[in-house]
Amino acid sequence: MTLLDQFRLFLGGSWPDWAAYLVAGIVGIVLVLAFVLVLVIVFIWVERRLLGRFQIRLGPNRLGPEGIFQPLATGAKLLMKEDIVPAKADKVLHWLAPVIVFVPVLMIFAVVPIERGAILTDLNVGIVYVVAISAVSAIGIYAAGWASNNKYALIAAFRTVAQMVSYELPIVLAIIGVVLMTGSLSMTKIVESQSIPYIMLQPLGFVIFFLGTVAEMNRSPFDLLEADSEIVAGYHIEYSGFKFAMFYIGEYGHALAYACIITTLFLAGWQGPFLPPIIWFLIKVLAVFGFIVWMRATLPRLRVDQLMSFAWKGLLPMAIVNLFMVAAEMLWLPEINLWILVVVNVTAAGVLVLLWSRLFSLGGGRVEV
Amino acid sequence: MKFERYGIGIAKGMALTFKHLFRAPITVQYPEEKLNVSRRIRGNELVWYLNRCTGCATCAKACPQGNIEIVTHVGPKNNYVVDKFEVDCGRCMFCGLCVEACPYDALAMGRSYERSQYRRQDVILSKEQLQPSDIRQPSGYARPLIEATLPKQSLLVNWNKKEGGQKLSWLGLSKKRGRGV
Repeated sequence: MTLLDQFRLFLGGSWPDWAAYLVAGIVGIVLVLAFVLVLVIVFIWVERRLLGRFQIRLGPNRLGPEGIFQPLATGAKLLMKEDIVPAKADKVLHWLAPVIVFVPVLMIFAVVPIERGAILTDLNVGIVYVVAISAVSAIGIYAAGWASNNKYALIAAFRTVAQMVSYELPIVLAIIGVVLMTGSLSMTKIVESQSIPYIMLQPLGFVIFFLGTVAEMNRSPFDLLEADSEIVAGYHIEYSGFKFAMFYIGEYGHALAYACIITTLFLAGWQGPFLPPIIWFLIKVLAVFGFIVWMRATLPRLRVDQLMSFAWKGLLPMAIVNLFMVAAEMLWLPEINLWILVVVNVTAAGVLVLLWSRLFSLGGGRVEV
Repeated sequence: MKFERYGIGIAKGMALTFKHLFRAPITVQYPEEKLNVSRRIRGNELVWYLNRCTGCATCAKACPQGNIEIVTHVGPKNNYVVDKFEVDCGRCMFCGLCVEACPYDALAMGRSYERSQYRRQDVILSKEQLQPSDIRQPSGYARPLIEATLPKQSLLVNWNKKEGGQKLSWLGLSKKRGRGV
């Protein structure tokens, strides 16, 4: 029973049923939205400061203590800008696209367990819901690229669809590994079953899922659809003002959502010693995001063909191997000591990553450069 | 077994950017922090010494722009007395030819680079304004004696403390880090 259900029952004691249901629902949604928007602001700030430090700069540090109000200033600027719609644009789609990108991102947070019971609704198919919902934003990006009537935006839209479709598969296969070990699709149960975090039990699955999600949320080094140096800004090139702000928040909301899901699936969610659960959750989410920023600061952008071959020749076969490995362990060795599995799986992951990296060297490693 | 093609390059790159976290940031927070400029900077002004000037107008002749306006009359000891010495810093290109031309070291380039004004007539400097003061210091351009007294230029490449660089700071917080002037 979630905290929200308890709140509803508490209200239901004196109020009519429908009122308690409505009020509890609205309170829950407002709380989750506040959580998301505050964390998105924190994420924007963390990214800009951290990226600055990775590049030996300072990053914004003027507005407020250590520049924490800089995202608010950015938001205020975006709200005051003129909303430009290109003359030949598809007006309805152009208006609709930011919404299609933005709303699914918020919907993901309905099943993110921040703490035991602190979840909007503990769906018994939680992770499937996440996969289904997060795939919707690809349509929004495609609509934005199409409606802008701009060649760069359209190229970005094509790239997005190719990328999202390709990386969905390894992500889902990696999730199946986790689900096999847990025996449940519910996000809360997945967290509760992790006496040892799945990052140790399934390191290969974690690597696949992490890289896949980084590609899904379109962040560097997989940020082909925004590639500033090739196609200017990609799908949101013709957007300004509030619509652009929605894309912007949606992008960071996506990063936040996937950081939350990585935390939930592989880093044991809110679990951890000494500190209160919510602090552990936030620490893990920020650590995941910090790692993503670190990757962005370091790695150069992939080419389109490299992106595709990485998904189809690298992540997908490895995800299948990982799935079979986990399935075999669950089928034949269900009672085994988990620490033995940790050792076996970490070794297997290391060997597999090394073997598969041969594929991506020139001429399968036979050609000296 | 060579690890050159097994993702070691990615690891190296990640390690490099991680090391950057522990470096002092290269950013100079300008209005609060200022670096020492070159000792021979040709700043945005001139410095003129009243007692050394003989009113020979060599500087005015050397100026490619005709920027220096000098008016003199004959004094009691058959010398020149300078009535007017005016430089339009708005037209000056700070080539330093007047400073090089001066036979009595009466003119020097200034060190300051913050001499913007809101009105054009404010950058026309008169005899009184051109004289050295606290805010108007001469630079070492073509004046080796002055150059020897000035502090060395601060270079951003000296970030390491051992190499006489700046203090190490973890987050690079917005406090003053005491770099230069």
